[in-house]
Amino acid sequence: MTALLEVKNLTKAFVGLVAVNDVSFSLQAGRITALIGPNGAGKTTCFNLVAGALRPTAGQVLFEGGLLEREPPEAVCRMGIARTFQIVRPMKDMSVLENAMVGAFSWTTNVKEARDKAYESLENVGLAGKANARTDQLTLPDRKMLEMAKALSTRPKLLLLDEVMAGLRPTEAAGVVGVLHRLAESGLTILLVEHVMRIVMEVASTVVVLHHGAKIAEGKPSEVVADPAVLESYLGAGFHA
Amino acid sequence: MQRTSDQASDTKRWGAGALVFAALAMVGGMSNAYVISLLTIVLLFTFLGQSWNLMLGIGGQLSIGHALFVGIGAYAVAILNIKYGVTPWIGLLLGAVIAGFVGAVLAWLSFRFEVRGIYFALLTIAAAEFARIMFGGWDYVGGMQGLFYQAPSGTMDLGMLRGDARFYYFVALALAAIGVAGTELISRSYWGYVWRAMRDDDEAARALGVRTFRHKVLVVSISAATAAIGGGVLGLVQGAIFPDSIMGMAISVDVLIGPVVGGLGTAFGPLVGSMAAIPLHHAMGALGDSLGLPGLNSVAYGAVLILVVWFLPDGIWPAIVRLYGAIQLPARGRISQLRKAEE
Ligand SMILES: Nc1ncnc2c1ncn2[C@@H]1O[C@H](COP(=O)(O)OP(=O)(O)OP(=O)(O)O)[C@@H](O)[C@H]1O
Ligand SMILES: [Mg+2]
Repeated sequence: MTALLEVKNLTKAFVGLVAVNDVSFSLQAGRITALIGPNGAGKTTCFNLVAGALRPTAGQVLFEGGLLEREPPEAVCRMGIARTFQIVRPMKDMSVLENAMVGAFSWTTNVKEARDKAYESLENVGLAGKANARTDQLTLPDRKMLEMAKALSTRPKLLLLDEVMAGLRPTEAAGVVGVLHRLAESGLTILLVEHVMRIVMEVASTVVVLHHGAKIAEGKPSEVVADPAVLESYLGAGFHA
Repeated sequence: MQRTSDQASDTKRWGAGALVFAALAMVGGMSNAYVISLLTIVLLFTFLGQSWNLMLGIGGQLSIGHALFVGIGAYAVAILNIKYGVTPWIGLLLGAVIAGFVGAVLAWLSFRFEVRGIYFALLTIAAAEFARIMFGGWDYVGGMQGLFYQAPSGTMDLGMLRGDARFYYFVALALAAIGVAGTELISRSYWGYVWRAMRDDDEAARALGVRTFRHKVLVVSISAATAAIGGGVLGLVQGAIFPDSIMGMAISVDVLIGPVVGGLGTAFGPLVGSMAAIPLHHAMGALGDSLGLPGLNSVAYGAVLILVVWFLPDGIWPAIVRLYGAIQLPARGRISQLRKAEE
């Protein structure tokens, strides 16, 4: 099996803190991988590094075998890596549909084509009925789904989802899990950050665990939840909270 | 379902626009010289306002130095026509190309070196003031004494863009119509979507593949080029151009009044805003003169601007649209929507 994305010794140091510390993992094409870890573990920073929003202090990101080096976020997106933002960022003066159209303009200049794609993306996340709404009329879970629809419109090969299911009711989350499985079956590779372990167990074929910026475990969900180091990191985090 | 309602509102908007401009054409056929000359300025500043609106209202880039581009257009037309007898059509084209280039260079340099937002706006002021002083000291273009067009002979000449006041009224009307329709078309084109996306959230737009750097340069360049066309015609209408008036701060401010008062980022806003603000400015000027209070126009103008920005922060036109929506919806029994419309 070929790795679609390979992260090698990725490191990001901020002033006074190493947010991502020598992390390596690779993503198999068409698979769903979960990136988990307590708050502040470095998951979002990892996304930012892969998506070109931050420059690594050290280490490399390879996508489809090619090295991503100093590519700005828009170039990374155009190569086929789309990401959502944990703190949602809707274009506030554009409708839900228009928001979902923007990503399509990374591969077409045809407005009708972009609109069709946007409807498709919105349908995928269950937002088609709210296409003409303003984004400030959406609930937070819906805004998270809009983030996902925006990313899907770019026709990504790799989708980075940062806590998109936070705040969803279990039945809604189950629906999204179904969507993710369908997308993966159609060949999309997904890396998702998710705190709810039940969801992680359901969707992910592989789990990467970060703690204080370092990778402390990697493997099948069932293995990882039984890993003493993982349990301790979560319990430890619990004591601090 | 949503798509058809989109199309219905499209048809309505275009129909309303056509009606407004048909009415303005009739006004041009009937009105007296004073109204004609006032409305000509209103319509020219509708077009200039659209140019500025494109840049800030759609592209998210603030300019407070649009006089630079207006002046480039005015001088290009005047120099070619007055000194070489070249038709203003060529001058308009050349002015647009030069202004578009100057705008692109200014934007490229600024954004390349991370000069953004209000700092970019300050840079546009500096560039406009620099150009004003430069033209004022340039003897070839008449320095501070400016350039004068020959008085129009009264016979209409479309090829040389010469004619009486009514002729210029219709030229301005055509420009305003092009401005409104153009804004509407651009805002619903590929450019419009990505420009609005980068206006709302640059980082999020980039994450979706929008190459915001080149699009910012593009929107500034197109705005500059269109402002130059408006400036070229403004010079012809005024019959003379001076660096202090055509490239002064007052022009930069006049250009942005229409869209700010009328509604930023909307197709009709600059028209509505110019219609409201410019006649008011003139009326207050006349009143001030007759009362022996020469500053009255500026004071009243400022007061009205503050009131509009305070009470209708997104402008007159969106407020009208909301009001209309609030009247329409209950009739269809959708009271809950009314509350949303009021928010
Ligand atoms: N731009 C930045 N400058 C300085 N420190 C940062 C920056 N971004 C993140 N950090 C810090 O890096 C660490 C990792 O943050 P990150 O957002 O990657 O964590 P996370 O795993 O996504 O956490 P959460 O589950 O809360 O979203 C945190 O301590 C955070 O405060
Ligand atoms: Mg995070």
